[in-house]
This record gives sequence, structure tokens and C-alpha cells, in this order.
Amino acid sequence: MTATPSGLELTVGQVLGPIERGPITTRHLVEYAGASLDWNRIHYDDPFARAGGHPSVIVHGMLSMAFLGQLAVQLAGQQASLRALRARFRAVAYPGDVITVRGEVQSSAPEGAELKLTATRSDGTVILEGSATLARTP
Amino acid sequence: MESRYAHAIGRTGPELLLEIERGHVRRFAEATLDENPVYRDEATARALGHPAIPAPPTFAIALRAPDPRAGLEVDFTKLLHGEQELLHDRPLYVGDRLVVQATIVEAYAKEGRAGAMDFMVIETVGKEPSGARVFRARSLTVIRR
Repeated sequence: MTATPSGLELTVGQVLGPIERGPITTRHLVEYAGASLDWNRIHYDDPFARAGGHPSVIVHGMLSMAFLGQLAVQLAGQQASLRALRARFRAVAYPGDVITVRGEVQSSAPEGAELKLTATRSDGTVILEGSATLARTP
Repeated sequence: MESRYAHAIGRTGPELLLEIERGHVRRFAEATLDENPVYRDEATARALGHPAIPAPPTFAIALRAPDPRAGLEVDFTKLLHGEQELLHDRPLYVGDRLVVQATIVEAYAKEGRAGAMDFMVIETVGKEPSGARVFRARSLTVIRR
């Protein structure tokens, strides 16, 4: 994991990432359920997920959001901290998917920066649209 | 369209005092495929200027308050996470003691392409035991009828 030694020298429009995580397996979902205490069975119980009309268990949106946060933290390095992270969950991902996170600098100022972030699943469908607010550490 | 959960607006769960545990932070980092050593090693964290091991970016979600939906009829096979906001007043660190509490702050219904859907916004607030706010987590869930 690389910090950004030059700090928040981000230019508007600068492209960030991509970072890739996965392929996500059902085992990952069980691990995430245990670590996050989100025990909704839709993430690890196939018949339960199918009863809701899904083709299989689905990836926790919050797991993909964690990947969004990882790109933001990589960018923040030592010079900034993550103040806000927001996501809209546009589509679901399934076991087998590789999640790819990309970003772009929306605004940049001495006190911080605003990033636009997206996550896609293997077929290219956007699953998350989000943003992050970085604040320079004093 | 009438929300099935309109009566639940303002419903709140009990407060819960939690401590951010080092093992939990490590497990959360592992479970989110985050290899950053800062979440595993105190010396690395201090060398990077942190007072202790920091929590990963979405760790606040794991500081789970008692569910304010307890006792409501919710079909979890039809529930999806619509939106999430995590707002930090300061970073979270291993050793922090926080009081967390969750409240149903909004409930409304809409007719969508896939039929009628109920929306519920749950806000979890984390505070220092002294009362100073540390984070807010706003979660929009969608329940298909």
C-alpha cells in the first residue's frame, strides 16, 4: 500500500486507481458478515437469496463500499483523513465478481479534496456511485 | 403512497457502549481485503503519525447499535441497501470507547418500475461517553413489497 508522500497535491480531473478486489467468494461474504456483524442471510444462504428473487447470494454493498474507502485512504496518505464517504448502491454483485474501483478528483483546495468514486463488477456494470471528502490533517 | 413504516419514524434502539478492539479492526481489515499494515501494527500506525491503530474507512458500520427495527415486520429477502453515508467528526482508533445508538429517521413509500417499495433511513450516531459526537452513519434501505 503506497502512501502519497507529496500529500494532497491533487488536480481536478485527475484519475485515481483503478484498484481491483476479488474474485469475491461466498467465503469472503461470510468473513465480512462476521467482521461487520451484518448477518442478513441474503449474503450467505442461497435458498434465502433465491426466495427474494436473486439468482444467488449477493455481495454486501458495504463490502464494495469498503473498497471505495481503500482507494480514498490511499490517496489521503499521511496528509489527510477521510471525513466522509458516501455511496449509492446501483446494482448488486455476485460471488465470482471482481470489483474494480476508480476515482476522479472533483475539487481540490489546501484544506482538502472531494473525490468521485465508482465501483464496477466483472461485466462492467456500475454497482456503486460514491464520493469521499478528505480533510488535510493539521 | 402510504409507508408501511410511517408509525416507526422516531423509533430508537437503546444506547450501547462499545470499545474499538484491536482484534476486531484486524479482522475487519482482513475481511475487506485491505492489506494496509497500519491496521495491524501499532508501530507502523505511530510512525505514520497516528496516536493508535486507526480503524479502516468503513469500520463505523461494524459498531452496530441495537436495531431500531426490532419488532417491526421486515422481509429481509426483499430488502436492499440503497445508499450509505459515513460522516466522521474525527478518525476512529483502537481503544476508543463509544456510545452508539440507531434511530429510524425517515420512512416513505414509492411506486417504482418494479412495483411498490418502502424506504427507511436509519441513522446511527457514535459519541464519546462525554457526549461529543464522533460519527454519523446514515443508511437508506429499500424493501420491495
